[in-house]
Amino acid sequence: MRKKEKVIEIILAAAAGITILTTIGIIWVLLSESVGFFSHVSVWDFLTDTQWTPLFADKHYGIMPLFSGTLLTTLIAIALALPVGLTVAVYLSEYAPRSFRAVIKPLLEILAAIPTVVYGYFALTVVTPFLQKIYPDLAGFNALSAGIVMGIMIIPLISSMSEDALYAVPKSLREASYGMGATRFQTAFKVLVPSASSGIIVSVILAISRAVGETMIVAIAAGQQPRLTFDPTVPIETITTYIVQVSMGDVARGTPEYQTIFAAGLTLFVFTLILNNISIRIKRRFQQKYE
Amino acid sequence: MKNIASILLVPALALMASCGGKTGEAGKGDSATSKLSGTVSVDGSSTVYPITEAVAEDFSGENKEVKVAVAESGTGGGFKKFGRGEIDINDASRPIKPTEDSLCKANSIGYQELLVAFDGLAVVVNPQNDWCKDMTVAELKMLWEPAAQGKIMKWSQVRKGWPDQEIHLFGAGSQSGTFDYFTEVICGKAKASRGDYTASEDDNVLVQGIKGDKNALGFFGMAYYEANQADLHLVGIDNGNGAVKPSIETVKNKTYTPLSRPLFIYVSSKAAVRPEVQAFVNYYLDNTAELSKEVGYVPMTAEEIASEKGKFDTFVKSLAPQK
Repeated sequence: MRKKEKVIEIILAAAAGITILTTIGIIWVLLSESVGFFSHVSVWDFLTDTQWTPLFADKHYGIMPLFSGTLLTTLIAIALALPVGLTVAVYLSEYAPRSFRAVIKPLLEILAAIPTVVYGYFALTVVTPFLQKIYPDLAGFNALSAGIVMGIMIIPLISSMSEDALYAVPKSLREASYGMGATRFQTAFKVLVPSASSGIIVSVILAISRAVGETMIVAIAAGQQPRLTFDPTVPIETITTYIVQVSMGDVARGTPEYQTIFAAGLTLFVFTLILNNISIRIKRRFQQKYE
Repeated sequence: MKNIASILLVPALALMASCGGKTGEAGKGDSATSKLSGTVSVDGSSTVYPITEAVAEDFSGENKEVKVAVAESGTGGGFKKFGRGEIDINDASRPIKPTEDSLCKANSIGYQELLVAFDGLAVVVNPQNDWCKDMTVAELKMLWEPAAQGKIMKWSQVRKGWPDQEIHLFGAGSQSGTFDYFTEVICGKAKASRGDYTASEDDNVLVQGIKGDKNALGFFGMAYYEANQADLHLVGIDNGNGAVKPSIETVKNKTYTPLSRPLFIYVSSKAAVRPEVQAFVNYYLDNTAELSKEVGYVPMTAEEIASEKGKFDTFVKSLAPQK
């Protein structure tokens, strides 16, 4: 019996070990290839140059245009997903009858299960032409429709995590609010949402991480033109799109052009790492609050 | 796929028969097709490469014993090897230069130039664009050269009277032969281009981008324009003699310049005596029309192909006594 237990323990530890080894492997590849890149290009240039044209004659290696593209699509997505997701969460936890909730929740989850390539073509062939009817100067590839569709994709992420946070607010607070004569609406938005704010913030940060790393939607619908702009109507390029573009094209391995994708990947990795750390910190504070 | 193969085969066989009939004993190479073996080495232009690669693939499928090695060192790089006798066939996107010719002579290598297809690039805009009907080569250069990066951003900067709106550029990715060609003839140096445009090796991305954007302008192989005529408008190119729009005619009669050019293969006299090389070249000419169309070039007509086959037959015959 003891031996059996030991074997099981080892298997479990190995399973956990695989995830750690994978992470270490990824970090190793990113760092080792980036070292090659940064021996050609100074970190200062990488961070401050406003142009990104590593594949052309006049080479510039400024990550800012790609980073601004990522930031822009992410901001648009969050601007849509946060109000909608939060409203859905409040509705589901405070207003919706139990039976309706049982139907709507799985349906919402479906949004998260749609393959992102489908979302991408939805943005390109449905959302963009629709927006062009309202605003004719909108370019065929643009950050706006990619951002909107990405927002739709992350609604369930925000709504279900926020709902959990709302649900975790102690009953006493809710009852006290009603006891003071507050309406349901006042209770929801003046008491519950502020009390659950850290949980909601965590959900938003995780949604941001998801949006920052999203690839297919922006690769298909947002364009492939790195430019430093916050104009949502023109083609842009995100970090992820650039990586896809280079790895699918004919760029030779081992060249500085090829190494750019690792530097870009490292930037993305550092950014999401920071976001995840912030979310873990907030989560910790949130857990302590009601203990 | 089977169907396409059989459609291809019928005219190919007909041509072979007709050529064999005309030249009589030159058919020796063809009769040996069943027992061919050896290696055919090809190098040269990356523009011709896709056709050669497609031909080589089909040819090897039918002649399992013959290995066709296709590389792409560029037209110039290929001619260097060709002149030293290291390769059998050179793919070329321009005629041979005098210096390259003298290298061949120094190593007593003769050659036959054979036309295999025409390459044409189309400059296109969105159908809603009602101002840009034509452009001069100088305007294209001003718009695409490296110095334009971040500076030439509006239509009004390209020509007075054009709207004061942002211009959205789409073009071939920097790793493609199309990009090399466009930059070479427009900007004066291969790979010299601005970098702030939507660059993709996938022509469908470019078509999609231009057809959905009123302020777009882009360039790609003519074949993609033909497949998407309803969604795109051609821009006439003025090289000093008035604007000319690309079409099969203007590409072939050389009035659409500088964005069109003939593509060649050069067969070495040392290689042309080998039956597997003869079979490969004949197979190439028989199939180039269909395959060059597939990879996006302007194909040759049946008469043009017959004429090239005639040239090759004569070339092979002229070599026979020396052997």
